[in-house]
Amino acid sequence: MSPGTARRSRARDGFVPPILAVPAVIGLALLVLPLAALVARVDWTTFWPDITSQPALDALRLSVVTGLIATVACTILGVPLALVIARSGARTAAVLRAIVTVPLVLPPMVGGIALLFLFGRRGWFGALGLQIPFTTTAVVIAQTFVALPFLVLALEGALRTSGVAFERTAAALGAGRWTILRRVTLPLAAPGLLAGVILCFARAIGEFGATALFAGNAPGVTQTMPLAIYTAFNGAGVSQGTAVALALLLLITAVAVLLLVRAWRPGTPR
Amino acid sequence: MNGSQGGLSARVRVERGGFRLDVALAADPGETVAVMGPSGAGKSTLLGALAGLVPLAGGEVRVGDRILDGAGGRGGAGDATDGRGASGDAADGRDRAGRGRAGRAASGRVHVAPAARGVVLLGQEPRLFPHLTVRENVAFGPRAQGVPAVRARAEADEWLRRVGLPDRGGDRPGELSGGQQQRVAVARALATGPEALLLDEPLTSLDPETAGGIRDVLRELLGTAVVATHDALDAVVLARRLVVVEDGRVVQSGPVRQVLAAPATPYVAAIAGANRVLGVARGGRWVRDGVVLEASDAASRAAASDDGVELVAIFSPSAARLVPVEALGTGAGDWATTVRRLDPTPAGVRVRTELCDVDIAVEDAAGLASGSPVGVRVAAADVRLRRAGQRIS
Repeated sequence: MSPGTARRSRARDGFVPPILAVPAVIGLALLVLPLAALVARVDWTTFWPDITSQPALDALRLSVVTGLIATVACTILGVPLALVIARSGARTAAVLRAIVTVPLVLPPMVGGIALLFLFGRRGWFGALGLQIPFTTTAVVIAQTFVALPFLVLALEGALRTSGVAFERTAAALGAGRWTILRRVTLPLAAPGLLAGVILCFARAIGEFGATALFAGNAPGVTQTMPLAIYTAFNGAGVSQGTAVALALLLLITAVAVLLLVRAWRPGTPR
Repeated sequence: MNGSQGGLSARVRVERGGFRLDVALAADPGETVAVMGPSGAGKSTLLGALAGLVPLAGGEVRVGDRILDGAGGRGGAGDATDGRGASGDAADGRDRAGRGRAGRAASGRVHVAPAARGVVLLGQEPRLFPHLTVRENVAFGPRAQGVPAVRARAEADEWLRRVGLPDRGGDRPGELSGGQQQRVAVARALATGPEALLLDEPLTSLDPETAGGIRDVLRELLGTAVVATHDALDAVVLARRLVVVEDGRVVQSGPVRQVLAAPATPYVAAIAGANRVLGVARGGRWVRDGVVLEASDAASRAAASDDGVELVAIFSPSAARLVPVEALGTGAGDWATTVRRLDPTPAGVRVRTELCDVDIAVEDAAGLASGSPVGVRVAAADVRLRRAGQRIS
């Protein structure tokens, strides 16, 4: 490194107290060490058969498909919701934001029970003859329920920050509302949207509690990876090695999808 | 520059909290009108109303033969009458303000949305879209109006050439300096082919040299336009006519040169850099606290013909001279006073005396300080006298 780059990188360091590196490293270790311990427990002799077994592949396929569908659903519903919150007055926005945050605070199991009461046979929608619980649709609904807040909150923050000044400018230049949304509002909030989509998918693919209660644990239909792992871990006669292998597979899949989304950046270099 | 442009005529009445704006304004096709006024006078509100961003309490905005704001088919007859007098003078405006709400009709009023007005407002901030290239910024308006992308981009390059940035089309706005960004904003506004352009202090946030370059661009390219500014130079360079707004009302309007030469209020005198001192007429001359001034032109003599009327004397600080107190004569145009303050100016020193300002060369300021006794001399040929409160338009 030349002296010039050294000076530049020092300038970029800013003036953060160096001692903060200690908790930062502990925090990082807390995130990484458990995963390292998990990988260390993998039994490599049975790893390949474990992850290529039919139940494992079914669970993986189901997880990825439902996770993607839930993410799309979250985008379709969450973008308009974020727009409404970002463009409403302070009081309304605070109330709406609180409502959106509730599923984040709630234990996912409670969310699952709530969904069951809404869609169950004696629930409001179930009484209409809709049979949703314990189907793949229920998996998607449960995932959407728990993941939607991530997308809405991330995007809403970005929308509020970018404000309406550029929209006004666009309107003054003769652009209609849809053109403004497509060419100004959403591109300006793209970093927030991207972060929201990533968080949303991550949450959906890791979803366990609400799915377990609302959709059940039927292999190939509602048994997503987290449920398959749980089953393998607790299951009678099944070795914990299977659970560990499945967990590693879920981990790799999630990281791969995240990297894929990161690589696709809607034309917004800073 | 745009042969198909229509003119703009408006009477804008806005009520906001305790503030009331009532201004009549007209620009002929292709003409640029400057609007000046102290901070809070209502310049930005006026432009916002013309752009459709600020709701009107009454009045009418007309561009070309289209009514953008005003009385619609029913219920607004009173306002329609007001609109016809839109280019009238200020006294008329004050009169109508008194009638206030009478003509306001919630229903039946026309309001064309900002996007559909063909009137583009350009503010102090360039507000270029940060996520689009410079070229796409300029092409934005035409594309929004349905021009195919390829043609819109070609037109954008042409506009960028006209504002002096031929090679920057592929850059992001963030890579441009503030002045260059404002040039792009001008190009972007003009590229929409507006019926009228509204500029709200477009040069205020720029350094003088950059502002000068953009002023040249604007002078060349502006068609029908209204320019709000606090810099008399903008008015002189860009506009043929000047409308001065104070406290929500027009206090003076007319050809720029005439308005600046005969300031009707202390504010106008200040922007014109003129001394404007109130006194009374006595014996065809201007008198105040023993100081006597004479003017030689016919209009001034006529203004001073009635003894006892309030009279303002207007003369430029550069026309006044400092003389030693012992050299003062006893006739009109000579008086003794003291220095209140010395201010540096680009050309030398402005000496603030009790009655007026005097511009002198730096070397002549030697030995002067606050409280120094000095003599002031103004020649009759450099003084104009006007009745106080008289409107000049």
